[in-house]
Amino acid sequence: MGMTITEKILADHCGKKEVSPGELIMAKVDLVLANDVTAPIAIKEFEKTGAKDVFDKTKIALVPDHFTPNKDINSAEQAKLVRDFAKKYGIVNYFEIGEMGIEHALLPEKGLVVPGDLVIGADSHTCTYGALGAFATGVGSTDVAACFLTGQAWFKVPESIKFIVYGKRKSFVYGKDIILYIIGKIGVDGALYKAMEFEGEGISELSMDSRFSITNMAIEAGGKSGIIAPDDKTIEFVKTRAKREWKIYYSDKDAKYSEIYEINLSDVEPQVAFPHLPENTKPVSESTNVKIDQVVIGSCTNGRMEDMRITAKILRGKKVAPYVRLIIIPATQEIYKNCIKEGLVDIFIDAGAVVSTPTCGPCLGGHMGILAKGEKAIATTNRNFVGRMGHPESEVYLSNPAVAAASAVLGRIGSPEELGIKESE
Amino acid sequence: MILKGKAWKYGDDINTDLIIPARYLNTSDPLELAKHCMEDEDPDFPKKVSKGDFIVAGKNFGCGSSREHAPISIKATGVSAVIAKSFARIFYRNAFNMGLLILECAEADDISTGDELEVDTEKGLIKNLTKNKSYQIKPIPPFMEELLSAGGLMEYVLKKRES
Repeated sequence: MGMTITEKILADHCGKKEVSPGELIMAKVDLVLANDVTAPIAIKEFEKTGAKDVFDKTKIALVPDHFTPNKDINSAEQAKLVRDFAKKYGIVNYFEIGEMGIEHALLPEKGLVVPGDLVIGADSHTCTYGALGAFATGVGSTDVAACFLTGQAWFKVPESIKFIVYGKRKSFVYGKDIILYIIGKIGVDGALYKAMEFEGEGISELSMDSRFSITNMAIEAGGKSGIIAPDDKTIEFVKTRAKREWKIYYSDKDAKYSEIYEINLSDVEPQVAFPHLPENTKPVSESTNVKIDQVVIGSCTNGRMEDMRITAKILRGKKVAPYVRLIIIPATQEIYKNCIKEGLVDIFIDAGAVVSTPTCGPCLGGHMGILAKGEKAIATTNRNFVGRMGHPESEVYLSNPAVAAASAVLGRIGSPEELGIKESE
Repeated sequence: MILKGKAWKYGDDINTDLIIPARYLNTSDPLELAKHCMEDEDPDFPKKVSKGDFIVAGKNFGCGSSREHAPISIKATGVSAVIAKSFARIFYRNAFNMGLLILECAEADDISTGDELEVDTEKGLIKNLTKNKSYQIKPIPPFMEELLSAGGLMEYVLKKRES
């Protein structure tokens, strides 16, 4: 019987010829990741075992990105614990803030995840790496602790759902809009426990940066993972970065799916997810009466180079509306540097934005842009739960960077077209 | 195992930001986290809850972030089990890995705040003593039973290594 790309990767990592949905496996992990919030629990659990060493110091990535640069004393203690652990065990892929980035933008950029990998991370957006044709899933700190010890993790082989994306993309529609549209359709538990596989001309046409936005938000539909089979663009992306050999898997023609959805891009406008769930989506044209106090452009969903260029295109020669705070956060140091080189930072600052060093910061209400009671923000982040960006009575609306940047200028949610900007220009 | 306590009832899609807001994630101290458990959903929960009580919820409990601080904070309040129609997957594995009992029950919606519950994990039954009704618990998969009886994933892994 045919297998999906997900089943093939899992089978290869547990030494079996084939696996099928529902089967429980112990699989070898190519990379295990944790950050400054989740690693401390993993480290304490690991050290309790009295183990002398980690399974492989080259296969662990530690990225202090959530509350860094340290936002308070407690956060500094947590970051220190991670740093001390990295020093003690000689963890190769520890990233101090000067070489750091938001983990899910950083690891692909550094070539630490390649097609065919099996990756776990104590961060729910670990599913991002699926855009490289890898199986990647978020787990908890205890899973990571056990993996530090054994190099393995347990999985229930998931069923797969196929999303076939086709048709002509409308102006200012990116990966973010496609995934928000899908979540709006199937709901925040529409893919619960399942692998979401994306294919079709609507996907192959997208840049890698846009594809990362799609797989990043698989978790917002309850998915275990999101995956896109590698193509020329994937290879182009990894070939200059990869630190290891990669392996390409494709789903068989007769692979089994629990559901198949077809998404016609001619139905998809730029999307806005209203509070307080990512499934509360509306086209931007039906979202134009929401006044905003803050705009955040960045995060593991939309802090990549394409997002920065789109933002600059909208902001060039414009000004942020009075009393609106626009916070732009390039996701990695490399992206930050390229923003400076390409003159984007000039455009951002001239428009009245602040530009921050890479951090998850405001996305989870950590720091660098917390909302007061009753305030509203539009953000290119991934969650709009109650209290996500600050006060429990504040509101977060999710969108792509073009809509977020246009909204910063308008002072309310709106589209770039309202500013007379065309995508093709 | 027989567990007895009062139900605290919440809705669908209770996410990990509601269970423990990120502003408290600068510590992993269980007792500190317990002080803020469910804060953005029900600010008085840590004061109201008694040892042995149950959190009861609808579908997709624990969706959102992978933060293990969520089950840690619940366990540290003294809650003996979370009963829900379904659980988000990372929360589900975290709970078994760190030893918080979670039970899937299709009829969880029938339970109200204040109901006295008696849970029999062996029989797979929840008795609602207040409403004089009983509900089936979805059987716990064998591997999860193994994790539970070992006392969590770390203990399970260590035992496996010894043998």
